Order: sequence, then C-alpha cells, then structure tokens
Amino acid sequence: MVANKIEIKDLNVWYEDARAIRDLAFNVELNEILGIIGPSNSGKTSFLRTLNRMNELYPNSRTEGVVLLDGRNIFREIDKHLLRKKVGIVFALPLPLPLSIFDNVAYGPRLHGVKQKGQLAEIVERSLKAAAIWDEVKDRLNTGAFKLSGGQQQRLCIARTLAVEPEVILYDEPCSGLDPISTLKIEEAMQELKKNYTQVLVTNNVKQAARASDRTAFFLMGEMVEIGETKEIFTVPKDKRTEDYITGRFG
Amino acid sequence: MKRPFEYIIEKLVLLSGIASIVFVVLIFAFLLKEGLSLFANESVFAFLFGRNWYPISDPPQFGILPLILGSLLVTFGAIVIAVPLGLAAAIYVAEIAPLWLRDILKSGIELLAAIPSIVLGFIGIVTLAPFLKTIFNLPSGLTALAGSIMLAFMAMPTIVSIIEDSIVSVPKNYKEGSLALGATRWQTIYRVTLPAASSGILAAIMLGIGRVVGETMAVLMITGNAAVMPVSFLQPVRTLTATIAAEMGEAVGGSGHYYALFAIGIVLFVISFIINLLADMFLHRGRGRKRR
Repeated sequence: MVANKIEIKDLNVWYEDARAIRDLAFNVELNEILGIIGPSNSGKTSFLRTLNRMNELYPNSRTEGVVLLDGRNIFREIDKHLLRKKVGIVFALPLPLPLSIFDNVAYGPRLHGVKQKGQLAEIVERSLKAAAIWDEVKDRLNTGAFKLSGGQQQRLCIARTLAVEPEVILYDEPCSGLDPISTLKIEEAMQELKKNYTQVLVTNNVKQAARASDRTAFFLMGEMVEIGETKEIFTVPKDKRTEDYITGRFG
Repeated sequence: MKRPFEYIIEKLVLLSGIASIVFVVLIFAFLLKEGLSLFANESVFAFLFGRNWYPISDPPQFGILPLILGSLLVTFGAIVIAVPLGLAAAIYVAEIAPLWLRDILKSGIELLAAIPSIVLGFIGIVTLAPFLKTIFNLPSGLTALAGSIMLAFMAMPTIVSIIEDSIVSVPKNYKEGSLALGATRWQTIYRVTLPAASSGILAAIMLGIGRVVGETMAVLMITGNAAVMPVSFLQPVRTLTATIAAEMGEAVGGSGHYYALFAIGIVLFVISFIINLLADMFLHRGRGRKRR
C-alpha cells in the first residue's frame, strides 16, 4: 500500500461562472513524480495553483471541495503561509527576485526566521546543489540573478523553493521557455529530488511527462480523464481521448 | 517628392516640439538678464548668505538667507508629513484596497489635486491657523507648521499617484514568487514590492518637493510672512516664492529691489531645475533596470 501525500476530493474551481476544474478526485503518492498533461485550458495550472492556495490570488476565483495534505484539509486546518512553505511551486516563467543569487535563495529562509549567517550559507549551498546549479554559480553568489541564463534562472527558482524545506514541489510547465539541454538538467534534478520530495509536474510537453514522471494524469476541459502508471498511459491508454492526445491527433 | 500637406504638418510638429525648449531658454535668459543686474552693486555671497532682507530701507539690504531657510523649513515639514502618509496611501490603494474602493480612492486623490491652492490657503487661514494657535498657545497660528501642513496636502496627490504607479508596475511574478515561498502580504510588500519600486518612490518624493518649493499662494496666505531667520516651526516664516509674489507689485522697476526679486527667481529656478533633474534620474534609473 503506497502512502498518499495529497488527497483530492470533489475539487471544483470556478472563475466567475466558468468552471475551470470539475469534480477532481485522486491522490498524489508520497515521493512520486506525478505528470499532468492536457491541452491548454484543461485546468492543469488552476489545479496546481490550488494545491498551495496560490489560485486564491485571482480575485474572481472560487474553490470548492477538499484537498488533504498528510490528512489535513489545506483550506481549513493549515495556515496558508505554512502551506505554501510546505508545498512549493516553480512557475513557467523563471522569475528570480531582483536580488543577488544568494539573496534569492536566502529569501525564503529569512522570511521564516533564519538569521544566522552560517546557517543561511549552508541552506543556500545545499539548495543550489540539490537544484544542480551550485557548480555553475558558486563563484558568483553575489551577482544579480538576472545575469543568469533562462535555464539557470529556472534552476535558481527551484533552489529558492527547496530552501524553505518543502515537502511537495509543484512545477507549472517549468521548461516551456528552455532549450533541450536546460530541460534535461531540470529533469535530472527532479529525479534526484525524488528521494525526499513529492513532485507534481504540469507540462505541455507530452514527451517530458513520459520521460520524467512515474504516473501521469490526463486532463481535458477541467476533468481528469485518466490517471495511471506513465508506462501504461503512454502504451495502453484506457480512454480513446487520452490516446488521441498523446499521439497528437488533437490538442 | 513629399506632399505639401505632409511637409506642413511635419514642420508644425517640429515647431511645437522645440517651442517648449525655446521658451525655457528665453525665460531663463530674461531672468538672468534682470537678476544679474543686482550683482553689479551687491556681492553674490551677501545676497545668498545675508541675514537681513530689508529691500526698501536706506541703504537696502538684500540678504535672502532667511527666505531660503523659510522655504527649506516649510518644504522639509511638508515632506515629512506628506511622504509617510503618501507612501501608506499608495500602498493601500495599490496593494490592499478592494477594487471598488481603489477606484473611489484614486478619484478622491485626483480631486485633491484639483483644489486650487488659494482655496487650500483660505481653508488654512480659517480653520488650521486658529487651531494651531489654540493648541500651541501661540500669538498667531500663521506659522511654518501651518504652511507645511497645507503644502503636505498639496504634494500628496503627486506623491501618491507616482508611488502607486511604480508599485503597480512591479512585475506580478515578483509578488507571486514571494507569496509562493510562504511570505505574508506585508512581508512581500516591504521585502519585494517596495524595494523594486524604490526608484519611483524617490522620484515621487523629488516631484513632491518640487511642487512644494514652487508653491506660492497658499504659503503667502498662511505662513505669516515674517522675513526673519527661522528657528522653529511655530514661528512665522517667509518663503522665496511668497517674497516675489508679495513684493513684485511694489518694487520700482529698475531699482535694486526689483533686480533682487529677479535674482530670487534665479535661485528658485536653479532649485527646481535640480529637483526635477534628480527626479528624472531616479525615474530613468528605475526604467533602465527593469529593461535589463
């Protein structure tokens, strides 16, 4: 029996009157990489942003249903700031804060009260190593984060997320603007992170889901059509629509 | 071959474009011509640092130090009042207020900018001055403090709307990135949003100062207009602008007094030029950084 990190029950998200997510119900297992694929407008990103309550920042959004993190309702039983510390997110556009590389990574720990210099330096080094970018930036930690390339910025954002010691990492199309080599580096970093973290990867790149995820879910028009082992989804999908999508017949 | 119509329009636009520069140069040249005549008989040092402004005594004394200090004092007071209030108001409008309230507040602030300064001065005389007189137990409420308070109101709209603009133009992703790490709204505002908007905030302060230094009518009405060396906010002072406004009508053309008033104009011109230059530098520095 695999442990469930996140349980989603009857989850619905509206934007004004338009329902973006319909009756989602499935689980995210501990330390897996769950890939979520689907055409645009299928609710992938809304779903992802709901998992750490970032979707609430859109003033016209409305959420119903239950999401449990380790059995606790994220809407009622956990402070949303603590939730966002536990459930980190990496956005599609790598956007470091206008600070140095070091300060970008140290930003989160500082928020949560880490003040000691030695401890911060240690967290920064550990996070940058885990995001597989340490070797590229260790000599210039005090330069501005904008001097980095797009791929490096995205790994810096992953490091920034790791620095607050999350339990779950959400990725919202993390490689959409990156070249294949940077993409590969990020996928490798994800495999390393599997030991300690549960990861959810939303991607428009079907092949990336096939490469990187353990299980894959297919979303369409706000509904989850199918979820299963990645191998099975990509070889013997149960639903005709899944098959059509992954073979490129629509979407 | 250009069509004649295009040619005419093009030249007209060019003319309007350079007109403002021409006017500025002409105004400055006129100021210089009239003002510099003073220094035929008067040393620049005695003018700028003289402690006595007795323009119609015999012999006259044209020391504008009390006027400069009066302007600085009133401006300083106004900025000390207006900047914290303006910053707080801008943060509230840009980041915290619900949408419907935001629109109401923004039009309210714009309305404040539309009040003629003479009306503010009028209100200052009728309500603020007696109030200050009572609470501080002064012989007269027409003081530097009264001027600072009224001018703070005048500078507020400029300060609020420029700071608000610069806060709104901070990329949303910065805020999201911060919030996603578990920062509260307030932590995000003071650790990310305000530093990212800092150049706009500095420019707003500079333009606010410019507005206050150049203001004439209200200060003329409520600062008491005593050209003495200011030592306290609770005494009457006189500013550079108020001096020109009050005395220009009586100064005999071609007299030392007349030229001295023009020389004050030069000083004011230089001060506002520097302030505008600084504001411009801050604004452009901010834009340059964002582009990178």
